[in-house]
Amino acid sequence: MDAFTTHTGIGVPLRRSNVDTDQIIPAVYLKRVTRTGFGDGLFAAWRDDPSFVLNQKPYDDGTVLVAGPDFGTGSSREHAVWALQDRGFKAVISPRFGDIFRSNAGKAGLLTAQVDDKVVQRLWDLLEAEPGSVIDVDLIERTVRAGDGPGTIEDSFDIDDYTRWRLLEGLDDISLTLAHEEDIAAFEARRPSWKPATL
Amino acid sequence: MGRTLAEKVWDEHVVRSSEGEPDLLYIDLHLVHEVTSPQAFDGLRSAGRAVRRPDLTLATEDHNVPTLDWDQPIKDPVSRTQVETLRRNAEEFGIRLHPLGDLDQGIVHIIGPQLGLTQPGTTIVCGDSHTSTHGAFGALAFGIGTSEVEHVLATQTLPQSRPKTMAVTVTGELPDGVTAKDLVLTLIAHIGTGGGQGYVVEYRGPAIEALSMEGRMTVCNMSIEWGAKAGLIAPDEVTFAYLKGRPEAPRGADWDAAVAHWKSLVTDEDARFDREIQLDASTMTPFVTWGTNPAQGVPLAGSVPHPESFEEDGDGIAARKALAYMGLEAGTPMRDIRVDTVFVGSCTNGRIEDLRVAAEVVRGRRVADGTRLLVVPGSVRVRLQAEDEGLDVIFKEAGGEWRGAGCSMCLGMNPDQLAPQERSASTSNRNFEGRQGKGGRTHLVSVPVAAATAIRGTLSSTADLEEI
Repeated sequence: MDAFTTHTGIGVPLRRSNVDTDQIIPAVYLKRVTRTGFGDGLFAAWRDDPSFVLNQKPYDDGTVLVAGPDFGTGSSREHAVWALQDRGFKAVISPRFGDIFRSNAGKAGLLTAQVDDKVVQRLWDLLEAEPGSVIDVDLIERTVRAGDGPGTIEDSFDIDDYTRWRLLEGLDDISLTLAHEEDIAAFEARRPSWKPATL
Repeated sequence: MGRTLAEKVWDEHVVRSSEGEPDLLYIDLHLVHEVTSPQAFDGLRSAGRAVRRPDLTLATEDHNVPTLDWDQPIKDPVSRTQVETLRRNAEEFGIRLHPLGDLDQGIVHIIGPQLGLTQPGTTIVCGDSHTSTHGAFGALAFGIGTSEVEHVLATQTLPQSRPKTMAVTVTGELPDGVTAKDLVLTLIAHIGTGGGQGYVVEYRGPAIEALSMEGRMTVCNMSIEWGAKAGLIAPDEVTFAYLKGRPEAPRGADWDAAVAHWKSLVTDEDARFDREIQLDASTMTPFVTWGTNPAQGVPLAGSVPHPESFEEDGDGIAARKALAYMGLEAGTPMRDIRVDTVFVGSCTNGRIEDLRVAAEVVRGRRVADGTRLLVVPGSVRVRLQAEDEGLDVIFKEAGGEWRGAGCSMCLGMNPDQLAPQERSASTSNRNFEGRQGKGGRTHLVSVPVAAATAIRGTLSSTADLEEI
């Protein structure tokens, strides 16, 4: 996984709440056996609509998605994260994320910045008033920043310390866990014999 | 201070705990299917890693498999590739697989309990959010993404932060004709789609204890629909009776040792939950959704709500969008809504008791003109049991379609999909936009409501049917 420290990119206002992972990428697009190529299915149902934000310039070059609360609820499909990354997104800002989506994003290197509802509202207003405005997402300082002058929007975001550390270092979870292989083997030696087995 | 059931199961599985890091949890059972696993196996291959415990791993084909001509090669080449990829991976990594055509094939959350692999006090994960189903046995079970699937394959563990605990206590008794599905839909409408976020939930109280194992699975299945990490129910005699004699359940002295341990898996009297909710089952009625998330529901006796009636602005806007998508007018009585397709099946309601209830309703009646009834058993064993009992004949004589086992129209990944604007009454778990097919409109319902709706062609309860 590539390390994430800071990113500056065009913000995309997605004025919707409860954007579940079926809307991010419908099931019919989940049939690939690779991690790439899912960008085609991103927001598939909305992409036919010319007024959809990602069909408009300059939002189509956006890399920071700003969404309403409960983004990424529903199905566990990590393809939702891959589809956003495939389409160039580096970060998603929302007041609340679905748990599994957020965990998947942390593993795959997509930053999920949880901010207050009001911050999302202000970002939406700015991005719509001044299309092409960029958002700075700084994982070191845990801040999001957009606009300039008196209307500057700057606020801190929530992300757990452990995920932040892994993202900053670009660390792979499996190697981290395998460093504790002895603990796993010791635990296995203690497991009762009546536990279920498939073979 | 005492501990909750969830805390007991958690503590028993901590391999390693360190300040400032998530706990490393041991996973007792890892269920695998064709859609969320190929990239995980690829990751193992490219890192030169093996599956640590193939003996704690089970794979099946369920999400994209056809429910017609399932004994023929899969027609859709992309689906076929995905299924064939799982078969190759299972072979290469030494994993037990129940493929299409096998007697134990079926929806992953139906075959685990059916085989007796889902046991109290275990940790169970799967690359599918409805893994919460297994919580009905007092297991700590939750859905994971593909990176985590790879992590579990490689290490049989997962780093996890300790969740908060919540109790949902349901007192009273469900009235006749009101089911576990109505109970959980009522709960979700009450608390909202994000209400369970960050919590492991324990469902308890007389109304929960009175449920069969299958009813308990229906409740736990939908934990994720209100954002909970997992949902579980303390194991009791009903649980033990369900498990005894199943192919992979412990036997002899192992059974006695297991039951002795399982009996300790209850929340201590002096344990504290971070949050508690109470509901009264005796006030519940058949419950259906009108919108595009599972919290947008009302009693069947009610009407499509007015967007202005919501206190929060956001909910009003979401309601307006949902009504436009669903093609509904505020104020329309739910019972006046015409339905094109009725789907009975899924990991929520595709078990044998569900099919018996549906068959009892349609027996001797005809599916309404202009309405299609699709009955999809959750597993091959469920299908064979239903056929043994003659349920398939009842559905077919009523004009319904009887299919092979799989996830089917719950998520429309195989050919079983809604057309744009087609309206369904579905016993599944999600009414999201496009979930059952692009532009499809889904109403989540219980099994008896689904069956009665098939007969009348409009959303209905069994009480609406004419006597025969």
